[in-house]
Amino acid sequence: MTERRHTFWRDIVKYRTLLFMISPAVLLILLFSYVPMAGIVIAFKQFDYKGGIFGSPWIGFDNFKFFFQSGDAWRVTRNTALYNIGFMVLGNVLQIASAILLFEVGGKWFRKLMQSALFLPYFISWVVVGSIAYNFFSYDVGTINSVLTSFGMERIDIYNTPSYWPYILLFFHTWKFLGYGTVMYLAAITAIDTEMYEAAEIDGANVFQRIMKVTVPNLAPTFIILMLLAVGNIFRGDFGMFYNMVGSNGMLFSATDVIDTFVFRLLMDTNDFGMSSAAGVYQSVLGFVTILTVNYAVRKYDKDRALF
Amino acid sequence: MSEVAMKRKQKDKLLLDIIGYVVLIALALICIVPFVIILSSSFSDEEAIRMNGYTLIPSIFSTDAYRMIFKYPDDILQSYAVTITVTAIGTAVGLFLTAMTAYVLCRKDFKWRNHFAFYFFFTTLFSGGLVPWYLLIVNYLDMKNTLAALIIPSLVNVFYIMVMRAFLAGIPDAISESAKIDGAGDFRIFMSLILPLSKPALATVGLFLALGHWNDWYSALLFISDDKLMPLQYYLYQMLGNLDGMRKAMLGTGGVVDVNIPGENLKMAMTVVACGPILFAYPFIQKYFVQGLTIGAVKG
Repeated sequence: MTERRHTFWRDIVKYRTLLFMISPAVLLILLFSYVPMAGIVIAFKQFDYKGGIFGSPWIGFDNFKFFFQSGDAWRVTRNTALYNIGFMVLGNVLQIASAILLFEVGGKWFRKLMQSALFLPYFISWVVVGSIAYNFFSYDVGTINSVLTSFGMERIDIYNTPSYWPYILLFFHTWKFLGYGTVMYLAAITAIDTEMYEAAEIDGANVFQRIMKVTVPNLAPTFIILMLLAVGNIFRGDFGMFYNMVGSNGMLFSATDVIDTFVFRLLMDTNDFGMSSAAGVYQSVLGFVTILTVNYAVRKYDKDRALF
Repeated sequence: MSEVAMKRKQKDKLLLDIIGYVVLIALALICIVPFVIILSSSFSDEEAIRMNGYTLIPSIFSTDAYRMIFKYPDDILQSYAVTITVTAIGTAVGLFLTAMTAYVLCRKDFKWRNHFAFYFFFTTLFSGGLVPWYLLIVNYLDMKNTLAALIIPSLVNVFYIMVMRAFLAGIPDAISESAKIDGAGDFRIFMSLILPLSKPALATVGLFLALGHWNDWYSALLFISDDKLMPLQYYLYQMLGNLDGMRKAMLGTGGVVDVNIPGENLKMAMTVVACGPILFAYPFIQKYFVQGLTIGAVKG
């Protein structure tokens, strides 16, 4: 024991510079990621400002009970998961398709031009996207309603009609990340050994067969990794998107409320720290279990593909 | 190969070309047109917008919205200053810490490197949630309405540490080892050998960090209520939600705002002003982002 402790201190001295170099990041992560984990206790308390995190009285699982009994838990969990599944499926299909077409079609400048156009939406904030959405959908001045009225048709009240919103959100999410994914898949396509194409050509494959039999299967590793990450994050809503597109428009919450917006509203609008924290803990635990499960399953199937 | 097969092949190629050009140009237009509409709306006459709504081409051309912005620039310049400060400090310090941390995690002779890597990685799997994080920053660190709240909590991002580590793993270990034998300290090796060798990686990760800070409005939503500390994106957010209030603040009047003063077009002009610098820089910075993603895709 003393021997081991001795080695430990000797190592500290030996690695003192490296430890010193890594310490700012270690301390920042400690403060802003690990310390808040202790604050999970708020979920089990009746939080009041006077008592603070540790002085407030315990109330056991009451916050969770309210969260689940109100039906909110099911609604926001379902919305979060369904939106993420939609984003994942539509996003990847379009990204793969546009990457393959970019690779197959046109000269260098055409490829560059298209890639620049597709990648552009990635660079703006969700606030700007919110402004674009307002420009399109506003009841009084929106572009869509300008077009409709110019054809003598009735205006549509998009901001008060929940049923449009799943499609709108699906559109804008796909729109914003199309270029990002295309660039990633294009890199994977470029890395494919050209000999495989030549072999397919000699075997008499036409371009479509070559794409389906050579390109697509070779994208599988990239696709699987992106899927794993997406499935692991299936209970994390994209707060920036939902908040800037929908805001505090209660008319739309049935179709658009996700766990993250729900947690935020409880915290900032109603100041219900206990229940907000309970919903947050529920999300964290759910996400953690999901990631571990997915990773465990992948490990069993193919060790190299696992995340950790 | 027979002539028939040749012909069939050329036909397939032609079909693919047609599909490709049509689909790609359509997708590219869908990506670009919203920006054109925003731009043209910002150059439209306010009354014309109120009559006809936003249109792809301005029905009456007007620069009123921009003139108002340039006439009363104080608030906007203030928010530009906040955003530039946050972006500059956050990117410079963040990039330095990210690279230094990544380098230590790359050093194969560092006994605890896997322990530390797990220490960082675990935070991407599990977190305490929004509430404790918010209370820590507001109640315990007392950072509400400070520039620090916009910079410090997001200074290091574990995801970028991992990306940087993938980059640095490409630098041969022999460089650090031989410098060590020559008697150089770890910090000096990092500063004078590793940093110059990783300029492309620094440019890529630095631009990702800078873009994140430039587009950040979330920290301000949580921590800033003081008008003097509003970053650009949050200022735009406020204007979209509370046009009258922002116009009054801009004009410096507490009273009623004239109906003909820019409003709907002002929102769009403000949107252009908020993302303008990014769009100007876009042609020059795009390749670094592509480079970053490419490394990510190949390395997995």
